[in-house]
Order: sequence, then C-alpha cells, then structure tokens
Amino acid sequence: MTMGAIFSLALVFCARCGVAQDTPLISGGVAFLTSTNGGNTTYQPLIEPLLAAPIGKHLLIESRATILETFSPDSNGYDHTHFAGFTYLQGDYIVSPHFTLVGGSFLLPFNTYNERLSPVWIGNFQDGPLIASLGLLSSGSGLGGMLRGSAVSRRKYSIDYATWFSARSDNEQFNAKRSFGGRASLYLPGSRLELGLSYDRQLQDTQENFYGAHLWWEPKDTAFRLRSEFARGRHAQGYWIEADYRTQAFGGLNSWIGRFEPLFRMQQTFRRDNVASDGLPLTNVQRADFGLDYNLPHNTRILTSYARQFSSAGDTNIWETGIVYRFLFPTWKGRMK
Amino acid sequence: MNKKYFLAIILGALALPLPEVRSQKTEQAPTNSTDKRSPISNKPQPHEDEGQRLFETHCSRCHTAPEGFSPNISATVVRHMRVRASLSQHDEQELLRFFNP
Repeated sequence: MTMGAIFSLALVFCARCGVAQDTPLISGGVAFLTSTNGGNTTYQPLIEPLLAAPIGKHLLIESRATILETFSPDSNGYDHTHFAGFTYLQGDYIVSPHFTLVGGSFLLPFNTYNERLSPVWIGNFQDGPLIASLGLLSSGSGLGGMLRGSAVSRRKYSIDYATWFSARSDNEQFNAKRSFGGRASLYLPGSRLELGLSYDRQLQDTQENFYGAHLWWEPKDTAFRLRSEFARGRHAQGYWIEADYRTQAFGGLNSWIGRFEPLFRMQQTFRRDNVASDGLPLTNVQRADFGLDYNLPHNTRILTSYARQFSSAGDTNIWETGIVYRFLFPTWKGRMK
Repeated sequence: MNKKYFLAIILGALALPLPEVRSQKTEQAPTNSTDKRSPISNKPQPHEDEGQRLFETHCSRCHTAPEGFSPNISATVVRHMRVRASLSQHDEQELLRFFNP
C-alpha cells in the first residue's frame, strides 16, 4: 500500500472523530539542504510530513514520513536518487495517568536524538551526530509495542520511562530488528537539568547490547542550551556535546540580531574492534562543528555550519547550508464547542 | 595542550554569566488573528504561570514554539506532546488550559 493511501485512510477514518480542539493536524518540515564534503556538493530537497489524529479521548494515531531527492556529483555530472518512506506509524493509547501503550512502528527511544531532535524542523545541524546509529539497530524504529509515560511528576523533579519490544520485520517500509530496550530520565525543573540512561539489546543475528546516557541542561532565564549524549556498543562508542545560544541583549530574541543562533558541537567516536556493524566510522574520528543558524519569521530557519573532521583515514572539511520551513495546520476547519 | 588547562578553559566558558533573557515562548510574536491563537498569549490568566512554566520546561527544551496555530488543534498538539515528551496528566491539562485560557 502506498504512503499516500495510508495517510488518506487514516484521515478518512478520523474525519468524524475530530471535534473542538482535537482536530487532526498535519505538521512537518520542508527543506532544501546542501552539503559540500571534500569538494563535492550534494543537494537535497526534502519534505517530512507528520500526521497526528486523535480518536476519542484516549487514542492518538501518529505518523511521520520522509520524501527526499538527493543530487550527487558523479563522473557524468550529477546523478540523483529518490527516497520515500515512513519514519514511524504508531497508535498511542493513554491507559492511565502513568501508562501509555504504543503499538505499531515506533521510533526507538534510545538516548534523545532519534525521538526528539531528528525531525528536520527541530535539529540545529542538518546532519545527525556520528553516534546517532548506535543503539538504533539499523532502522531506528521498532515494530511491536512500547509502554511509556510519566512515572513521577513533582514540582521539583520528574521521572519518565519508556520500555519496548520489537519483532523482526523485513518489510520495506517498516523494517525492524527483534529487540527490546528501555530508557529512563530524571528531570529537575529547578536547575533545568535532565539526566537519562538507555539500554537496548538486539535479539537476532549477532546479539548485542547498547548502552546510552544523556545530559541536557538549559539554564533558567537564558536562551542557552547544552545537550550531550554518550553511547556504547559492542564494537564502538562515542559522544557528542552541542551548545546553542540566542541573545536578547540587543532588542530581544525577535530582533534581527536575536534571531542569530550560534552553535557548537564536539563529537568523537572510538572503535573497540574492527567489526563494523553499527554504522560508525571504521577509524576513530574527532569532529568539531561550528554553526550559525538564523531564525526567520514564519517558522523558517536558515542553517549553516562548517565542520572539520579528523581521522586516520584523512581529514575533511564539511560545509553545510539549508533552509527549513515548518508547517502546522488542522486537516480541516473543525467545529468549536 | 595540557589537559588541566583545557578542562579549565571549558569549565570557565560554561560558567560565564549569561545575560538574562525571557523565555523563547514569551518572545514569540503572537498572531493577532481571530482564527489563530499563538501559544504565547500576553494576557495574564489564572493558569498562565503554571502553563508557561510547563511549556518552557517540557516543550521549549527540544524546539522553538511555532508562531501560532489554530485553536482547533490545541488538544491534538498537547496529546501528541504528552506521548512524545511523557507528560503527566496534570501537565497535559495545564498546557491545554494555557493554550486555551
């Protein structure tokens, strides 16, 4: 079944369910990205639509897809490749204040990047961290069930969790490995500090454990954010630290200068052996990314960055630019109560 | 470079006092339209403090607030965020009140 047909069916199914403030929505991002690596420039227009459709008081159907075209240089000029696929398609059933049952194809909740920062309209850099594939078991999504929610929520702290099991699937759209895992996070609102631990295990082919940890810090009353992750697999490990900042010193965040967002990301990967099964570089890599984003009005961002990557396979410069527009609207004009 | 000096520079840079700014949420320009409501209303409301605090701590942690969206989808947005950000039921209700004072 095509992606469009599935989206249409979901919309039709939910068409009579939306009332008042819970009309199904379509959100997502449209982007045009360029990347110059070692003198070769690649162009990539893409769209990432997201559908969220509530049904009744407890159920939510949500899905995200990616449609992109990549234009890469070759000996005859430029060649292009096409990709269209679901990122996830899941149903969320809110069982109780502390439990939400998720079924379908879902993003693996390992560390933070996959679930929170991978949408093109959220990420500060257009490419993900080098260790992003660690713990994501090739496809980044599972096909099965997940239990998640807020375990404890107090004014001074909160703890959330997610635990899941995935079956093996060779379906082109919903590829997944037989696996299980979980994540738990502690958030301290007073200091705006979040700490979390992740674990998952691949249960097919070579059985392998992955461990992750993340730390986010967003000092109160500042527009400074520090995010970091560490991940370790059987064959490789690594970390990334990213900082971004916007100033209000010259007329606020919406002044022309307040819309600038300087970024810095440091990352390293380390191979533990020569078995390359996790998507990380074959040699140890150190990389520093320097970025400067500009937040235009109307949910539009310009992303620019320069990265210098060091490894025994050769040092490279990577220049990236892009423009991203985020959209968010109801699927139709719903009735207001 | 000596590791101690390198560490000291990193820690020093992180400890630099950052100028106080208001939250991104309050900085977003509200959309003054009859059929669209910004999640960042300037009108003081009974639940605004709690809702604003929750918005800043849970939503702005990952992304900038959209400049505005239809009130028809506010509950859908909040339910989506409840699952994605593992919000508690109380947080969900406060955010909904914040979006629809």
